[in-house]
Amino acid sequence: MAYTASPPLDATTAATEWKPPDRGTVGIASFIVAETALFAIFVAAYLFYLGKSLNGPYPRDVLTVPVTATICLLSSSGTIVMAERALQRHQTGPFRLWWMLTTALAAIFLVMTGMEWWKLIRHDHLTVSTNCFGSTYYGLVGLHASHVIVGLFFLTLVLLVSFRGFPITTQERRIKLLSWYWHFVDAVWVVVFTVVYVIGR
Amino acid sequence: MASVSHHLDVPESQPESSLSGNMYRWVSTVDHKRLGLLYAMAALLFFVIGGTQATLMRMQLAVPNNHLISPAMYNRLFTMHGTTMVFLVGMPLLAGFANYLVPLMIGARDMAFPRLNAFGFWVFLFGGLLLYYSYIGGGALYGSGSAPDVGWFANAPLTENAFSRGTSTDYWSLGILVSGLGSVASAINVIATVFSMRCPGMTLARMPIFVWLMLVDSWMILIALPPLSAAQIMLTLDRHVGARFFDTQAGGSALLWQHFFWIFGHPEVYILIFPAFGTVSEVIPVFSRKPIFGRQAVVAAAVAIGFISTSVWAHHMFAVGLSSVTNTFFAASTLLIAIPTGIKVFNWIATMYGGKLRFEVPMLFCCAFLFQFVVAGLTGVMLGVAPFNFQLHDSYFVVGHFHFTLVGGFIFGMFAGIYYWFPKATGRMLGQQAGRWHFWLFCIGFNLTFLPMHVMGFLGMPRRIYTYAPGRGWEVWNMMASIGVAFQIVGLLFFFYNVIRSLRSGPLAGDDPWDAWTLEWSTTSPPPEYNFETIPVVRSSRPLWDLKHPNDPDWRYG
Amino acid sequence: MAPAILSLLQIGLLQAALLQGTAAKSGERRITNIFEPFATPAAAERDIGLFVMLITAAIFVAVCALLISTMIRFRRKPEDDERQEPPQVYGSNQIEIAWTFIPLLIIFVLIGVTARVIAVVQGANPGPAPVRARIIGHQWWFEVQFPELGVATANEIHVPVAGSSGPATMFQLESVDVIHSFWVPQLAGKLDMVPNRANTLWIDPTEPGTYLGNCAEYCGTQHANMLLRVTVEPKDEFLAWAAAQKASINVNTQDVEGRQVFESLSCVNCHAVRGTPANGKFGPDLTHVGSRQTIASGMIPNTPQNLRAWVNDAQEMKPGVLMPNMKLTKQELDSVVSYLVSLK
Ligand code: HEA
Ligand code: HEA
Ligand code: HEC
Ligand code: CUA
Ligand SMILES: [Cu+2]
Repeated sequence: MAYTASPPLDATTAATEWKPPDRGTVGIASFIVAETALFAIFVAAYLFYLGKSLNGPYPRDVLTVPVTATICLLSSSGTIVMAERALQRHQTGPFRLWWMLTTALAAIFLVMTGMEWWKLIRHDHLTVSTNCFGSTYYGLVGLHASHVIVGLFFLTLVLLVSFRGFPITTQERRIKLLSWYWHFVDAVWVVVFTVVYVIGR
Repeated sequence: MASVSHHLDVPESQPESSLSGNMYRWVSTVDHKRLGLLYAMAALLFFVIGGTQATLMRMQLAVPNNHLISPAMYNRLFTMHGTTMVFLVGMPLLAGFANYLVPLMIGARDMAFPRLNAFGFWVFLFGGLLLYYSYIGGGALYGSGSAPDVGWFANAPLTENAFSRGTSTDYWSLGILVSGLGSVASAINVIATVFSMRCPGMTLARMPIFVWLMLVDSWMILIALPPLSAAQIMLTLDRHVGARFFDTQAGGSALLWQHFFWIFGHPEVYILIFPAFGTVSEVIPVFSRKPIFGRQAVVAAAVAIGFISTSVWAHHMFAVGLSSVTNTFFAASTLLIAIPTGIKVFNWIATMYGGKLRFEVPMLFCCAFLFQFVVAGLTGVMLGVAPFNFQLHDSYFVVGHFHFTLVGGFIFGMFAGIYYWFPKATGRMLGQQAGRWHFWLFCIGFNLTFLPMHVMGFLGMPRRIYTYAPGRGWEVWNMMASIGVAFQIVGLLFFFYNVIRSLRSGPLAGDDPWDAWTLEWSTTSPPPEYNFETIPVVRSSRPLWDLKHPNDPDWRYG
Repeated sequence: MAPAILSLLQIGLLQAALLQGTAAKSGERRITNIFEPFATPAAAERDIGLFVMLITAAIFVAVCALLISTMIRFRRKPEDDERQEPPQVYGSNQIEIAWTFIPLLIIFVLIGVTARVIAVVQGANPGPAPVRARIIGHQWWFEVQFPELGVATANEIHVPVAGSSGPATMFQLESVDVIHSFWVPQLAGKLDMVPNRANTLWIDPTEPGTYLGNCAEYCGTQHANMLLRVTVEPKDEFLAWAAAQKASINVNTQDVEGRQVFESLSCVNCHAVRGTPANGKFGPDLTHVGSRQTIASGMIPNTPQNLRAWVNDAQEMKPGVLMPNMKLTKQELDSVVSYLVSLK
């Protein structure tokens, strides 16, 4: 409310100093907030039903800690950073290599999840409809896996495109957004892992 | 206000005026203004449908032991009415206003993601049509088509296979899930637009309050809608692959659904009221000829409401038998919301105080909004007092409360907005005389319909009943409520007549018919596709005031 | 508009009082006004209700006065200069603080009172040796059991007058299917009946009479006709009622022919008549159906004609009800109905 006698800014300085954040970054950050809320509810459901199943199998009987898969997924966060670095330096070769590694690690994770499910269904007879543990387990892990699948799809897409000779170095911004998403998928796994395999057993 | 010369090469638009060409332009558009109008038109269409459903319900309830409508059909009517009004009227009106106005108000040429924007609209529309397809495709018992009949919050386990056979509940779940995707997409878009597309000088502190409220609103959507989607995914798993999330026959929990739904549902009601708050915060200053009183306080209050609203959901569950500690906590947080909301109300009144009030139609709707919203809020406070809620919960008092917020608050606020911005969007003014008829008839009808509902609640009338026995003291009130609807309908007919007539032959509006101060009034009416020929540069929250009063510009203060 | 609500309310109360007079003869209070309580929980809720209504009405009057006077005082007058803008006031921190803190104080008072009354209603002790009843919600009727007294019936609950002359009554609320809610406005606020969960509610009614209530949570097609009634009577009458309800029927003196027809039909899959082979659990216990005032969950008076119409086609009377049309012949219908009437 105080009277200020600051001289008027002239239009051009205002325009050059004006640097709003990149819209892609804001967009993906908002998207991640929404995704977090989605996962939070599945996590809440899992925790809510811990120990409330009326019949077996129970988590401690059938779950084994997926060490290898976890290592794969978490290290893929590292490799994607390396790929990004390579891209920043416009080194297409190393970029492809790191990116391939990321894709492979993601694929391995997914295969291992598949194997775990196979064992649970075939051997332990745990399905979504067996008990509340089954519903919440497949719900939560499945939601995460579906995000890995989406991620894998885009990772593969980039890989194909870059091998087809597309000037991938022009896509630094988009690659960055994709890697944000991938880091998010990893971070969610840390939560899922803790909830399902550490607390839940 | 100055401007930077970011000149645009404007392709001369081909004057193609064939009907199919026009249609094609609307369907394929990614322009935020067209999408905004599409949203608003879809919302009005669904409003007429939802209102027709309400009219049928009021006809059934006008007299006791009425046989006009069968119980099964009545239950579908209120389910579809509630679902339609919240998800297919409220959400798209919000998205429509946000889409149309946010870029114009912050001096941008479009939204951050125009194609995502179009995606959001079409996905919303598809979800809505999917829901309505249930009237044809939702085979209930005996294969007859039917709409969902589980209530707008679809309590489990009523929605489980055991109690809801057929597919109608799936249409509810999937239709809303899909339209929710659209809402999240448009919320992301609004946030990115507000952060990244503001014109030079448009700092957050100078942003119009409407834009601020849409920003907070979008945050709330991001946080509140995914829980509903999650719950709907779980429900669908329950119904189709035998999962047990809410299946009480197999160890599932009935209350978990309620928690999940209301974690969404309560923020949702604030999501719905925010566009009205935003509109009122723009209209009142202009028609009082004063800047909004206490800008920071109004904005801070909105942020506070956003925060508190995430922790009050169980006030919809006081009667389910939560512990007394839980009930006390949620009663307290619920009551606390009255404070930031009160701050807003007081600031609006203070804005009017000392001004020169012009009671044109938008302002009339704002004044009615103020009265009605205060009533609605105070009945909300009564409901928030948990022990009183044990009596009032699920009675017509609640129906009265939320129609005062949603119709008396949200719909009145949106009408203020429509009368205010219609000239900008179409270049023509809405008729004053017809507008006044619309206002008075709708206002009288609204109060006649919804005030008696509070009394019905006091007299023990539960909601969601398709009929009632005579002699319980409810007849008079129900009759009054039903008569009120007739007034509302006539009022609304005036509105539609007004819109159609003004589109053809309304007086030309000019750029700035209300002598207003925000950026949207600095461009032509309707704005060109690129909004601003040159990107404006602003130095205060009222750039057009600065322009009109070079001797006493706003940027000199604070 | 809050004064408007209040004055509407007064008219309502007046009207209620008038109707009350006419209905009082049958002991049935048809006006279920929440401001006219007859038991401690409802009374506590009424008191806090009136308290917050008083506060909110005061706030409403204050805000309206401010708003209306502003609208009148500062409306643009014809003599005003069009181009002259009013003084531009941007805000005032003192005023903001004032209208943050005054409401905050009010809210604190409300929170305190609320917390106390929640404790009264939810945590209070119903006194020594209460009568215990289990009320179990079904899609569209209430199952009633007094386990300690061996009573099993439906939709009509008898309880003793509490206070110096008798104990309070404790309800355990359950559900076998979807969520229902137990609400007898003049005795207590509602409490939901949730599957897999037992909620408890107590009442200590002081005034004999019949109090109407209803299911207050939407539970499907016939939610509207899921009614219940609580008959409050002196302790000895209550005990007599319980003893009569407890007894099995006397197989030999009851309408024997009707009984045989009844038992030959599939009625017995859903209905129980204690002392006979009929032991279905899906529908209401019919052992003493003849002694009830209403049938079909309080929807229709219990007269032979109504019973006949009901058994003939329940769907016609209560569309969607879970009792099918049994397609009885005329003779079967006659025998079954006379048997049901005899089940006092
Ligand atoms: C736009 C929508 C909207 C808004 C803004 C509100 C606002 C509020 N609502 Fe409402 N509500 C609904 C929509 C809304 N509600 C809907 C749709 C339902 C029912 C859902 C269903 O069951 O179908 C519902 C149900 C509902 C319930 C549950 C009822 C039940 O089923 O038992 C409760 C209980 O606490 C409640 C409380 C409140 C409160 C305390 C506010 C507060 O935000 C109000 C705050 C405002 C004021 C208080 C007025 C202004 C303030 C002042 C003038 C300052 C001074 C005041 C004081 C100091 C008190 N609401
Ligand atoms: C934004 C939200 C919104 C809006 C605007 C409305 C508007 C109205 N509502 Fe609604 N209502 C809800 C949200 C809303 N409602 C919700 C969430 C529920 C709870 C559902 C549940 O329990 O699950 C509910 C429930 C509800 C009930 C309770 C049902 C029950 O519990 O049994 C009733 C009963 O009277 C009712 C009535 C009305 C009426 C009369 C209007 C009127 O204001 C409507 C006015 C509109 C019209 C009359 C139509 C428009 C115009 C025309 C017809 C003109 C002709 C057309 C052309 C020229 C093209 N509503
Ligand atoms: C499929 C199950 C089923 C069958 C078979 C059935 N009923 Fe019922 N009956 C019910 C249910 C459920 C109700 C409760 C309806 C309600 O109030 O919503 C009921 C209610 C009644 C009532 C009213 C009880 C009361 O206290 O309100 C009577 C009387 C009755 N049935 C008699 C019969 C007779 C006689 C037959 C056989 C000819 C029969 N029923 C067959 C399920 C059944
Ligand atoms: Cu039982 Cu509603
Ligand atoms: Cu709420």
